[in-house]
Amino acid sequence: MTRIINGEIYDPQNGIYGEVRDIYMKDGAITAEDPGPGGQTIDAAGMVVMPGGVDMHCHIAGPKVNVARKMRPEDHRGNMLPRTPITRSGTGGSVPSTFATGYRYAVMGYTTAFDAAVPPLAARHAHEELNDTPMIDKGFFVLMGNNEFIMQRIAAGEKQQVRDFAAWLLQATKAYAIKLVNPGGVELWKFLGNAHSIDDEVTGFGVTPRQIIQSLADASLDLGLPHRVHIHCNNLGVAGNWETTLDTMKALEGRRGHLTHLQFHSYGGEPGGLFHSKTADLVEYVNSHPNLSVDVGQVMFGDTTSMTGDGPLGYLLHQVTGRKWVNVDVENEEGCGIVPIEYKDKSYVHTTQWAIGLEWFLMMQDPWRIALTTDHPNGASFMMYPRIIRLLMDREFRKEMMQKVNQKALAETALPDLDREYSLGEIAIITRAAPARLLGLDHKGHLGVGADADITIYDKDEDKEKMFSSPRYVIKGGEVLVEDGHIREEVFGRTFYVNPSYDPDIEAKIQEYFDKYYTVRFENYPVQLEHYLPRHEVVACSA
Amino acid sequence: MLYEHVVCAFCGCVCDDIDVTVEDGRITQAKNACVLGKAWFLDHGKPTDLPAVRIDGQAASLEEGIDAAASLLARSHYPIIYGLSSTSCEAQRQAVALAEVLGGCIDCCTSVCHGPSGMAVQGVGEPTCTLGEVKNRANLVIYWGSNPAESHPRHMTRYAVTSRGMFTPNGRKDRTVVLVDVRPSPSSRAADIQLTVRPGKDFELLWALRALVQGQKVEESSLADTGVTLEQLVDLAGRMKSCRFGVLFVGQGLTQSRGKHMNLTAAFLLVRDLNRTTKFALMPMRGHGNVTGVDNVLAWQTGYPFGVNFSRGCPRFNPGEFTMVDVLRRGEADAVLSVASDPVASLPNSARRRLADVPVVAIDTHDSETTRIARVVFMAATAGIGVEGTAYRMDNVPLHLSKVLPTPYPSDEEILSRLLARVKEMKP
Amino acid sequence: MSERKLILITGRTTHQGVGISSGKHLEEYQTATNVVQFSPADMQRFGLHDDDMVRLKTIYGTATVKCRSADLPEGLAFLAFGPAANQLVGGETHASGMPDSKGFEIELEVLSA
Repeated sequence: MTRIINGEIYDPQNGIYGEVRDIYMKDGAITAEDPGPGGQTIDAAGMVVMPGGVDMHCHIAGPKVNVARKMRPEDHRGNMLPRTPITRSGTGGSVPSTFATGYRYAVMGYTTAFDAAVPPLAARHAHEELNDTPMIDKGFFVLMGNNEFIMQRIAAGEKQQVRDFAAWLLQATKAYAIKLVNPGGVELWKFLGNAHSIDDEVTGFGVTPRQIIQSLADASLDLGLPHRVHIHCNNLGVAGNWETTLDTMKALEGRRGHLTHLQFHSYGGEPGGLFHSKTADLVEYVNSHPNLSVDVGQVMFGDTTSMTGDGPLGYLLHQVTGRKWVNVDVENEEGCGIVPIEYKDKSYVHTTQWAIGLEWFLMMQDPWRIALTTDHPNGASFMMYPRIIRLLMDREFRKEMMQKVNQKALAETALPDLDREYSLGEIAIITRAAPARLLGLDHKGHLGVGADADITIYDKDEDKEKMFSSPRYVIKGGEVLVEDGHIREEVFGRTFYVNPSYDPDIEAKIQEYFDKYYTVRFENYPVQLEHYLPRHEVVACSA
Repeated sequence: MLYEHVVCAFCGCVCDDIDVTVEDGRITQAKNACVLGKAWFLDHGKPTDLPAVRIDGQAASLEEGIDAAASLLARSHYPIIYGLSSTSCEAQRQAVALAEVLGGCIDCCTSVCHGPSGMAVQGVGEPTCTLGEVKNRANLVIYWGSNPAESHPRHMTRYAVTSRGMFTPNGRKDRTVVLVDVRPSPSSRAADIQLTVRPGKDFELLWALRALVQGQKVEESSLADTGVTLEQLVDLAGRMKSCRFGVLFVGQGLTQSRGKHMNLTAAFLLVRDLNRTTKFALMPMRGHGNVTGVDNVLAWQTGYPFGVNFSRGCPRFNPGEFTMVDVLRRGEADAVLSVASDPVASLPNSARRRLADVPVVAIDTHDSETTRIARVVFMAATAGIGVEGTAYRMDNVPLHLSKVLPTPYPSDEEILSRLLARVKEMKP
Repeated sequence: MSERKLILITGRTTHQGVGISSGKHLEEYQTATNVVQFSPADMQRFGLHDDDMVRLKTIYGTATVKCRSADLPEGLAFLAFGPAANQLVGGETHASGMPDSKGFEIELEVLSA
């Protein structure tokens, strides 16, 4: 592919909103000038051209995703992808096989996705799956919020060692960012407890979630990580948790931080009781604190699979739903919970969740600090993105959908009063430009000179769900991968990771810790770069 | 030459602390390895003069072997690829791709080891943990239907019983060890308590235990056939409820006995119930070195952990239909590719008979009953000795296998990927 | 249970496991997989001594093996996984993929005592 002519360009990063322009590319990147005669041209007259979509928070690779696949044959049956001369076969459902995951992202116009929660001990597994996930560029965030070594170092007041360890762990696992999941709470869950506020003490370690949040936010900043600390707050899904969420935001004290799937963290009420929306209060705080960014974790109605590094949450969902339950506690590091879940439009609770997610989108003033996610597959499959886009762009459609939900719950939310409709430009922000910027991926999410030539071209359609579910062309690295919903070429993208520097003296301390408490030797822990990341790219740290 | 902290891929323990000595092109020592691991390192490290490829017993070139094997497989209508539990994930990935192109079945040793555990997970889920959690926290360790002293000789010392950890600083003294089995075994001497259950009565015993854990009344008479007294069971239920962190290791005594996946379902539900009052985990005692890996590879590529069929172009799963023993016993398979396995020596007679009637292609690291009857035989490098790769421990922890010896043979991965390429040419 | 019937368990043993690597043709493996264990009471009941030959039968097949006394409950027999055990195990999996490898009835015939 050499040039796309006559298209209506939406490239918010470069301030372009619907101008008709030509785009040139060479060697997989956008160029300023036409590389010269010849080459393939797409005439995109009457079409909408955007950068490829970027999913900054999903669960697509690694142990918990794979256990969910193994656990749910019923999720795959009836949703199968046959082999074609170009593509591998696979199964779909809420937790698709790796090949199906890559194809489905690409067919939807997404070209980059990050798995949001990999336990360090299983990093090798996540990389193996990412290597079998075609079409997209990818990476993962590594879990650190319940790491026992880190908690001990925090308790000892060794801030520098926390930083060095975090850098070592990022390097050892070839991860992209630091992720916190229910900081401290998952450690407590290992003896059946949980953290109920950010000032609960983590028994046996003498630290609080607040200290973990602050220490790892500092480490992220000090190391100059391209994506700052990524936080799944304590008390997910619990009535009254909005205060914990607000406390977490405040605890950052101006440090950069990303708070994820906030829909699940915006509940008023008393623990154990029904909850109601507290979106307005939290949005107000986020609107006025530019150090904060969020993604939504939109719930959509239907059957899906809840999978989380938040072990006690998994158990709570099992108790609520009565459905099958997987729990995996990972030595010295993290946990995991998996439960199938069906969101029902007549349910009071599920309607409230659905409405809260939409409130977040419609009440946030700055689209650059909010990303479209379903926390795939927790709120819904990523396949629901086009429908969510229609809900945001089409007020009438939204009203129609509102008629189908639990009216009592709906009336308790602000959603019926929100008239805002997203523009194409705003959609381009929350689905590619903002997530790329928040991830610190300079060459993604825009179409400026030097950017990766990842481009999605849509036929215009009044039905925005239709428009965004079946792009006319999807181009990645300058190659046409998808045309009219058909995959034309299978490619395997790059894996992004970071390489922050650290004081090597920390290694002796880590090794001593491994000798005592791990069942894997220190020497065998780090992921072998060339073997497990055959197509890799380091994203530079700014420190 | 000394290679330190090498990973042993013989059994599901996948110990990663073996110091391997190589002298004059062979392994002379495998320090820290158990008796099974020593045999694995020392015997797989022996030089051999077997030809890399044999067709009908005659030495052939790799090219000829690939050609012959590919045409056997491509010509067949219902081939099955089987084994894969003693090779790397890299090879397993190629095997799944090959099964897909052939439109046949692929099954691994899981179906005859812990397939029933996998089915129980599909029914009720699985509260589990990594082995380090057991090392650091468990103060009650139960083995049910397992004889780790012989099947996983370092399991008790390295991970579960005598090892010391964060909340178990005194190792063995901090734990109570219970063995439930149909017989006293060499593992019995490591146990504080042994319950001897009558064969085929595991489900009844587990269900009664569930009732006790839930605080329900159990009549002595209902236990009459189990071989265990109410007093013994009440004592065990009490220990399970009152421990700080318990773990139940389940073995083939449950998966291969009457009830099969229902035995495991009962065990999994028991552990699930226990989590109302204390932290309790369970773990299947996976046998072969990378049988956990093949479950994982199959699951991420197809959605299903074993017994997968591609006849309709997409993966389908049905234990009893697409599993090796059944496909052979019913006389359905018309060609077999055995990878790093010895089905002729390990499957029941009624299934094995079919192997004599259909063309067999075998890829293995040494001669076996299966290579002896195979039409085409490839000798392959051992993953973890002659070639690098990945293996998953029984708790799903992935480890990197290293190469410690040169080998004249290609890897399973290379043979399979060349077979795949050739079959694709024949069957686009 | 009639006097000549026992319940057979097949399973792993150390020598059987070593044989997987060392070679199944070697004596160690052959010995390990061709010895059935009975309880002392059963040995006495059938008039057997260590290393006597017995024939084990199921509806699927027969296996001729040595016998040995071991610490087992009365009525239970143990045989390591291997070619002899495979003769006795049925191929029916009851839609599970897993044959009944443990806990099935065998009939005993004493060949030399």
